Amino acid sequence: MNIAVREIVPATRELSYAEAIREALDIALATDERVILMGEDIGVYGGAFQVTGDLVHKYGADRVMDTPIAELGGAGVAVGAALTGLRPIYEFQFSDFATLAMEQIVNQAAKIRYMLGGAVSVPLVMRFPAGSGTGAAAQHSQSLEAWFGHVPGLKVVQPSTPYDAKGLLLAALADPDPVMIFEHKLLYKMKGEVPEGYYTVPIGKAAVRREGRDVTIVGSGIMIHKSLEAAGALAKDGIDAEVIDLRSIRPIDRETILASVRKTSRLMCVYEGVKTLGIGAEISAMVAESDAFDFLDAPIVRLGGTESPIPYNPQLEKAAVPQVPAIIAAATGLVRRQM
Amino acid sequence: MADDLHKNIPFAIRTYSADLLKGALRKMYLIRKFEEGAEDCYTRGLIHGTMHLSIGQEASAVGICMPLTDTDQITSTHRGHGHCVAKGAEVKRMFAEFFGKETGYCKGRGGSMHIADFSKGNLGANGIVGGGIPIAVGAALSAKRLKTGAVVVCFFGDGANNEGSFHESLNMAAIWKLPVVFVCENNKYGMSVSTERSTAVKSIAERAAAYSMPGVTVDGNDFSAITEASERAVAAARAGEGPSLIESMTYRWRGHSKSDRNRYRTKEEIAEWMAKDPIERFAVVLREHGILGGIEQKSMEEDVNREIAESIEFARNSPDPEVSALTRDVYTGATA
Repeated sequence: MNIAVREIVPATRELSYAEAIREALDIALATDERVILMGEDIGVYGGAFQVTGDLVHKYGADRVMDTPIAELGGAGVAVGAALTGLRPIYEFQFSDFATLAMEQIVNQAAKIRYMLGGAVSVPLVMRFPAGSGTGAAAQHSQSLEAWFGHVPGLKVVQPSTPYDAKGLLLAALADPDPVMIFEHKLLYKMKGEVPEGYYTVPIGKAAVRREGRDVTIVGSGIMIHKSLEAAGALAKDGIDAEVIDLRSIRPIDRETILASVRKTSRLMCVYEGVKTLGIGAEISAMVAESDAFDFLDAPIVRLGGTESPIPYNPQLEKAAVPQVPAIIAAATGLVRRQM
Repeated sequence: MADDLHKNIPFAIRTYSADLLKGALRKMYLIRKFEEGAEDCYTRGLIHGTMHLSIGQEASAVGICMPLTDTDQITSTHRGHGHCVAKGAEVKRMFAEFFGKETGYCKGRGGSMHIADFSKGNLGANGIVGGGIPIAVGAALSAKRLKTGAVVVCFFGDGANNEGSFHESLNMAAIWKLPVVFVCENNKYGMSVSTERSTAVKSIAERAAAYSMPGVTVDGNDFSAITEASERAVAAARAGEGPSLIESMTYRWRGHSKSDRNRYRTKEEIAEWMAKDPIERFAVVLREHGILGGIEQKSMEEDVNREIAESIEFARNSPDPEVSALTRDVYTGATA
């Protein structure tokens, strides 16, 4: 029998990053009765960043649950629900507020499976609106993803595009372990191609966003957009940058990074979290400990957040995290050094 | 006449069969002997780490669990060995966990403070004071949404009543009317600090009023009184009436943990509470009502002693985990 197999390509259309997340939540709620959303003002208010939007009207307040302002208890309820048959997706209103819930995330969610000898899993998804650039000052602007990346038992992802925001959320929901999703607040309105229907983006797999020969720029989240913009400018100056989007902080895609460094011989890490003891330190060490180190033609460069809280003043706020001109300058310095 | 007669018969005797009552007494012995066995093994250097013994609190653990089935769930605390036994754990696997063996409940990864047995509805002890309270509320949320009919009992100590997680959790359980029973085992001290010094209210049961739920204080060394409070709270939870708080007044005969030098309480106080031994009190009630004979009690104790001895042997002879499996079970799939 000869039946022509036609690959069904799902229709894509432009969605914002927030809309893409909402679509993933919608699919999750529609297809799995066990899924509930929990968080502060995610119901009729629609979420502080309008991510949950009108979902409460479609699924009801029992499944799109407004919690009291009680992050520790709320996170703990989500942990307990995940342990006993539900699939909660918990939204922190701002990632900074997760500091109130660290006990439940770090001591409980991350460790329960291990402490119990593998008898159970904690299928918990948590969403963290993160990052600076909104003028919200030091307690509403942090990038704490590296903190969570330091905890065995957690998985940490950081989508940079609407496509990934939807695909990583659906992957997180299908994952049996706790997955922390760091969403950059400045990306919520960014538009991009998003397929209709269900698909996943694998957790732990980086994406090469731009191929290049001269320097590897490794980043994640919003830094990918800044790095790509910098790479465009660098190209005009004859510098061919490769841009790697980590997508996952834990697990980290070691192979993609090392392969790129072997090719370009130069490495730059660009991340919004505080530079010291951050993601860039890990990537640098990973390269330094590997055979890719032998390929390096120049010292590794890290561009990260300054050693300060995020300030309120707009110029100071910009200066507190890596911006495009700094990426261009650093990459140029790194490449020209050897030329 | 009938009413007077009724009043003189304790609730537990009126409510449970002789077999159930004797089973409860046996569990209380099992807890006591388990704790003594664990302490002895520690003193002899057979097990390391630390432990928090619940000797003196046996009636509370067993009494509270009387209305529960294997579908019902509990969360427990660092002083949780009694809760495990009360919820049906096998002592040989508990000992194996203490010895850090692969045959233990957590394959030697958790130790004294992390024993769980989901098959019996034991969602686990917890090393963090107040850590299990919101987890219990989450389990109750699952029970309500998934319509399992389960009730969740959340054990914690007096120390936890000043943690934020306690207050956040009771509030959420109340606003969502969840089937959970909060059980505060008040043994008078959070490590060394007395409830008088740590807690603004006279009785922790008063806290219930702030969350619009029933709160009762019971004699935690009186098995019958505990079962009466538990039966009522569990029935209310099962009927969809929402959460309750039970404060069970009891006492730990031993120190907080192995580092305790007992500088914050007097010998007289300890002796006074030891005279209120919950096991002997319950045994007397059973004997008075002709449910238990003296010889039967003796043979029950001997039987428990034998089980403990065999369990310790099982634990000692069990294999250690492989060092190569150190990072196993950090994640569900392959190690990330």
